[in-house]
Amino acid sequence: MATMSIAEALREAIREEMRRDERVFCLGEDIDVEGGFGGAFTVTLGLSKEFGHERILDTPISEIMIAGAAVGAAMTGMIPIADVQYGDFLFCMMDQMANNAGKMTYMSGGNVKVPMVMRAPVGATTRGAQHAQSLEGFFTHIPGLKVICPSTAYDAKGLLKTAIRDENPVVVFEHKLLYGSKGTRAEKSALSPVGEVPDEEYLIPFGVAAVRREGKDITIVATLLMIYRALEAAAILEKEGISVEIIDPRTLVPFDYETVINSIKRTTRLMIVEEDTRRNGWGAEVAAQIAEDAIYYLDAPIKRVATYDVPIPFAPIMENFVVPSVQRIVEEARKLMRS
Amino acid sequence: MPVNHGYLLPCRSLHKSNKILVSSGTQKINDQIIKLMKENIDGEKILMMYEKMLLIRKYEEKIYFLFLEGIMPGTIHQSLGQEATAVGMLFDLRKEDYMTSTHRPAGHCLAKGVTVESMMAEMFAKKNGCCKGKGGAMHTGDISVGAIPAIAIVGGGMPVAVGIGISCKMRKTDNVVVCFFGDGATNEGAFHESMNAAAIWNLPVIFACENNLYGASTHISQVTKIKDLAIRADAYGIPWEIVDGNDVIKVNEAAARAIERARKGSGPTFLELKTYRRSGHSRNDACGYRDKKEEKEWFEKDPLIICKNYILENKLSTLQKLEELEKNVLDEIDNAVEYAKSSPYPEPDDALTDVYFEGRI
Repeated sequence: MATMSIAEALREAIREEMRRDERVFCLGEDIDVEGGFGGAFTVTLGLSKEFGHERILDTPISEIMIAGAAVGAAMTGMIPIADVQYGDFLFCMMDQMANNAGKMTYMSGGNVKVPMVMRAPVGATTRGAQHAQSLEGFFTHIPGLKVICPSTAYDAKGLLKTAIRDENPVVVFEHKLLYGSKGTRAEKSALSPVGEVPDEEYLIPFGVAAVRREGKDITIVATLLMIYRALEAAAILEKEGISVEIIDPRTLVPFDYETVINSIKRTTRLMIVEEDTRRNGWGAEVAAQIAEDAIYYLDAPIKRVATYDVPIPFAPIMENFVVPSVQRIVEEARKLMRS
Repeated sequence: MPVNHGYLLPCRSLHKSNKILVSSGTQKINDQIIKLMKENIDGEKILMMYEKMLLIRKYEEKIYFLFLEGIMPGTIHQSLGQEATAVGMLFDLRKEDYMTSTHRPAGHCLAKGVTVESMMAEMFAKKNGCCKGKGGAMHTGDISVGAIPAIAIVGGGMPVAVGIGISCKMRKTDNVVVCFFGDGATNEGAFHESMNAAAIWNLPVIFACENNLYGASTHISQVTKIKDLAIRADAYGIPWEIVDGNDVIKVNEAAARAIERARKGSGPTFLELKTYRRSGHSRNDACGYRDKKEEKEWFEKDPLIICKNYILENKLSTLQKLEELEKNVLDEIDNAVEYAKSSPYPEPDDALTDVYFEGRI
């Protein structure tokens, strides 16, 4: 059992899969230039030493090409892992992701497969509005894509390996404050959780949630950084006699509704905490689905705690205000208990 | 020319003669080049290319007729008049080579080997169509013969072709990909990103620009300052040629040069194929935006007539044999129509499958 950061766990997943299967390769901007960063957050640092620059392919700043090339390579026998530096740049490649990656299998009547991975860092980190967004909602809306959000080192490795072996396009959202990037790429005020990762190989199936904390009064569904904020909030609420259960769905498409419904059968209250902006975010979909399938288990209206519907501001005092904070989760949980 | 390419010099001289031909609209062809062509391309091959072009022409005419009858759903973007670009570019490819296409894919697909039956069934929205009724006219394709299901977003297939080029190279094959796009795509960002990437990585991608002068109703001169789109390739360090896209022999010769470069790892080539569509952009398009004199000049340069005249002048076949050939092609298409008509429709809820790959290749 080794202890590692999420960045290290992701790197190990890539390394193992590239050793296992020569079809796997990485492409992206600055992913392993000599003397460079190893991707914006060090995930691919040093991999070219083992695999060479042919399989760790540094690209021009050409997001349309990166995504389209991943689609083309995937359709013709390769397994590309593309890196987009900042999730915000996914918008540059949206045509390729939505119209080609997400539809090629369907449009071909199931005769074409697109086994590609698109890795995208998300999260507000005082970089201003264009290097800050949480874009999960956009991608969960596109049929044909799978969407995953690993929040621990164990999950990062196990889920990424599953993504690489999946025969469909998978978008991996990773959080900048969780990577544990080191050196010049270290993030200020990062949480950088380290976790134990087994030495032996393992895969984590999609669509299986993890219960991060057991509780009996409120079920909180959260992903990525919001898991950690919810855990902090739960510790505060515990002292007030409010017991919170925290569920990390780990994958948004497919989504494990069963675990959430089983939890609210006991807690009767549901809160969804997401860093994506609130309007039509993935949390809205989860709330709607639970309302359709399981509303009678609930004793109170479903509560969404999400980033306010504004671009992410630069000033830390404002950024902290718009993104769900521990304090906001605590306050909303108290209100939810009263309703 | 800082980025040139010694081998291109003879092509440049070809280009000059083509350019005069295209811009003046006259049929003045350099006799010396014709003589060279006669020596280089054997008659059998020309007949086969003619037959393939005829198949595309008659297929598209049949589709137009069926569409007007109202028994075919959807819309159509026809490749009438652009048969020589499709056949000339793809005739020398192997099954293992790839082709990416556009919203106007029928010619490309037939030339790459997608069957008439499976295409016709797709047009009729049948379950045994090449895309099981899920693709339709604009996504026609069959990856088993290297025809990537057509990508109908202008320029959208270009980065995909780059990825296929990466794949061919990484898998250590000498396969190549022909990437079709129109004049309109040259103003897309995807064009720039794809050309640049293919160049820096020396990918086996052949950029085949079918310049039919119009992006839907907009003339290329309204949206592009330069006359010859091919010169853009210089900006990426990619060798280029300008080709009479209505002369299948010339297209095929240029394609052969580009394919050879790609196969031996020398990287991409850009071919600007000057052509013209004989039909509207899509259904119900009377082409009110086109100059009638321009139309007349181009219609006189019908790729099928050019090829047919060449065949007869050089006694590669007889008029009678060509008529028999035409009859066979028409029979093949009629059979495909019967096959398509008698094929089953998909079940409504077949729509819910194939969203994700289900391992049925």
